[in-house]
Amino acid sequence: MSHRRFHHPENHAPFAFNKESDDLIAWWERKYPSERRASAVIPALWITQKQNAGWLSEPALRAVAERLGMTYIRVYEIATFYTMFNLEPVGKYHFQVCGTTPCQLRGADKLKDFCERKIGPKGHVSGGGKFSWVEVECLGACVNAPMIQINDYYYEDLSIETLEKLIDDFAAGKEPQPGTYVKRQTSAPEGAPTSLTDETLYDGSRAKPLAAILNAPKPPEESAAAPVKA
Amino acid sequence: MTETVKLIVDGVTVDAPKSYTLLQACELGGAEIPRFCYHERLSIAGNCRMCLVDWVGAPKPIASCAQTVGDMAPKKDGTPHEISTKSPRAIKARNGVMEFLLINHPLDCPICDQGGECDLQDQAMGYGRAGSRYTENKRAVDDKNMGPLVKTIMTRCIQCTRCVRFAAEVAGVDEIGLANRGEDAEITTYLEKSLTSELSGNVIDLCPVGALTSKPYAFNARPWELRKTESIDVMDAMGAAIRVDARGPTVMRILPRVNEEINEEWISDKTRFVWDGLGRQRLDKPYVRENGTLRPVSWDEALKSAAAMLKVPGEQIGVIAGDLADAESMKATLDLAGSLGAKSIDCRQDGAKLGLAADGSKLPRESYLFNSTIMGIDEADAILLVGVNPRKDAAVLNARLRRAWLRMVPVAVVGERVDLTYDYGYVGAGPDSLGELKSGHPVFDQLTNAKRPLIILGQGALTRADGAAVLNAVSSLAANIGAIKDDWNGFNVLHTAAARVGGLDLGFVPVSGGKDVAGIMAGAQSGEIKTVILLGADEIDTSKLGKANVIYIGSHGDNGAHRADVILPAAAYTEKSATYVNTEGRVQRTQRAVMPKGDAREDWAIIRALSAYVGKTLPYDSVVQLREKLAKDHPTFLGLDFAPGHTGSGVAPPYGVAGAMQSSPFRTAVSAFHLTNPIARASRTMAECAELAAGVSPAVAAE
Repeated sequence: MSHRRFHHPENHAPFAFNKESDDLIAWWERKYPSERRASAVIPALWITQKQNAGWLSEPALRAVAERLGMTYIRVYEIATFYTMFNLEPVGKYHFQVCGTTPCQLRGADKLKDFCERKIGPKGHVSGGGKFSWVEVECLGACVNAPMIQINDYYYEDLSIETLEKLIDDFAAGKEPQPGTYVKRQTSAPEGAPTSLTDETLYDGSRAKPLAAILNAPKPPEESAAAPVKA
Repeated sequence: MTETVKLIVDGVTVDAPKSYTLLQACELGGAEIPRFCYHERLSIAGNCRMCLVDWVGAPKPIASCAQTVGDMAPKKDGTPHEISTKSPRAIKARNGVMEFLLINHPLDCPICDQGGECDLQDQAMGYGRAGSRYTENKRAVDDKNMGPLVKTIMTRCIQCTRCVRFAAEVAGVDEIGLANRGEDAEITTYLEKSLTSELSGNVIDLCPVGALTSKPYAFNARPWELRKTESIDVMDAMGAAIRVDARGPTVMRILPRVNEEINEEWISDKTRFVWDGLGRQRLDKPYVRENGTLRPVSWDEALKSAAAMLKVPGEQIGVIAGDLADAESMKATLDLAGSLGAKSIDCRQDGAKLGLAADGSKLPRESYLFNSTIMGIDEADAILLVGVNPRKDAAVLNARLRRAWLRMVPVAVVGERVDLTYDYGYVGAGPDSLGELKSGHPVFDQLTNAKRPLIILGQGALTRADGAAVLNAVSSLAANIGAIKDDWNGFNVLHTAAARVGGLDLGFVPVSGGKDVAGIMAGAQSGEIKTVILLGADEIDTSKLGKANVIYIGSHGDNGAHRADVILPAAAYTEKSATYVNTEGRVQRTQRAVMPKGDAREDWAIIRALSAYVGKTLPYDSVVQLREKLAKDHPTFLGLDFAPGHTGSGVAPPYGVAGAMQSSPFRTAVSAFHLTNPIARASRTMAECAELAAGVSPAVAAE
């Protein structure tokens, strides 16, 4: 990551909470005693970022600080600490390409190169404000590597071909399905499951009457008369 | 709280109070623990890891600053824990920490202003390696703007966060923060705005490396070249302990000294950065005004002209002492004025209604002192501020008030509604609100129920026409809420001028039949007063001195010198050993760090010489003899460095004159914090700060 800070904050548009953000932040604030309402700062920043087209402008950050009775620098510290807060404008579809080892081993570098060619340099908004991409650290979907988080959803098991299709679909105004882009069920093996395939596992034929419940408290009379065999 | 824990530190058994950190406990045992982020007066961060010690039996070295002794579980066999600060494991751990710290440190000591007084440099001598094993590129960090006082070279920063904690905790302005994280972490102010605290210069002292250094002092000197003189500050009435560093004839910088009873280890920006004013606008020759212009003359000629001006009847002489006048010069002036028969003498150039009762008799000392003492604030459990903005009147004192507020002590304010860096209950703006403070008012009840209530009365409330009535009302209030008891006197007057209490102690006030400052000015305009002696008095409207002959004795070419007919150049506070009495009534003495400029002489010596020219030679030839007479005539000057506090035998209030008060709101005595005296007005740094402060705070700009 390069240094995250506001570039040219004097050009940022003014910001005011809309009704929806206002209610959501109020809901988070209610979770804490009023003098500790600063505890709601991370959700509040997140809600604000959602309202503000996916990034936190300087006026938006100040609005959060004033709302929660915090000084600007304290909110600024938090906004710069967490990479989930964008301090510069992002595209309508913001691609967070995982570049950590498992994804890298499965071809994340190719995805990054492709993004650079198709969308432009990292952190750059293109396609008439539609696209931007950044590289992020592990998003915890290693089993479906390589993957990209686009706005709120994971798009997994990507290749250059599927990624190109994704970008084209977004550009065409479609909403592609999140999840895996190879033939697999969530994170199950590709193609079809390779274990637990025995039909009898599922048809109930293996079910047997329960002889005893393990570790269950013993009824007082029966325990003396007829000890249950485990 | 007296419970202690027994520990063995490097073989020495210590009994450490449970509240101590392991670091403090180790120091009890005589061990020296290196540290960067730990500071006695700040919260504990534990992020530099330099204070690692070996707790025998623990799996890893312990950061001793973050381990409270009381939290160390006792050993099963009841024997005390053993701590080793010198074991190979402890030393190896610290060596490792030091190596990590130096990985990204630029090692630019030869061009760093901190060189020679740098914690990192010193500790690297003890724990550093001879060479670096790091071959990769070092990290570089952009320098940040923090205003005209603090210079930043952020690549040197080791992220100890002392500055962040100081700003948030002591100064009370949340303006510095640690942005980003990991390798990109950097100290910054929000959008690189300038610091607005009056205490911001202290981050320079706190910074253990050369990341935050003094901008005005940058590249001027090396610490080992400087002559260090321990002295007393005169920028406000607190009398903070300072160290004046000089090279040759020039003061190069001013640093704080520790004095727990006054300033702890902080000083205000005005105290710290005023030194460039000591070299500008200086009066280094005597002058006499001829045909409207000032002509440099010899001392003999200047003193002859001054003596000629004083050959008028005593009633036609007015004497005004300024805010920086020392007790010796005021005593000499007073003796000279007495021998000339002058009665119009005043040290209260701001017109404060202090020191004199309605009948012209002297008021007791308790009526104008900070009786609880500054340390008393730490004991107070309810505070009322009247007509005072401690942030500007005495910035370091405000940090102590803030600490009281952090202890949950309720603070209430009558006066201007300004940002004091802490919350307060606002009673009202003026005397009407003082009248509301009766039984049943929540603030009154709060003060009455407190064990040690404390009232601070500021000059803003006393310099008004009805100042005597305000003094009366507030001192009665102090009595009514029980602030004055056998073992506690919570009635405090906070002065803004270093000279004021000394002047009042000396009785530098109109003798019966004499005029006060306003009277002298009116008399000068009407022709009743023919000659005015200004002893460094620059904060009066000198254009209103009519046709009177003005003799100015002072160090700087300011308002007084511009109007003067004879200028007798005197020494500034760093150029003389002089006595000042702070707002608590504590008698303190400055020390000479450099010689007076050019032909300038010490103030008292000028007055002594003048007395010979007017034929009323004063009976002392040395400052020692003068001080002997001073102590004989005014026994309060006998003891040094002692605040009288509550003696239990004082005169009970009310002081002042009971009377009607106007309803106009109290104004703050100090409107432009950085420009309160001639030295500060001569300082370029202070001018820059004042401009910035005026721009930042619209309330000030509007005045």
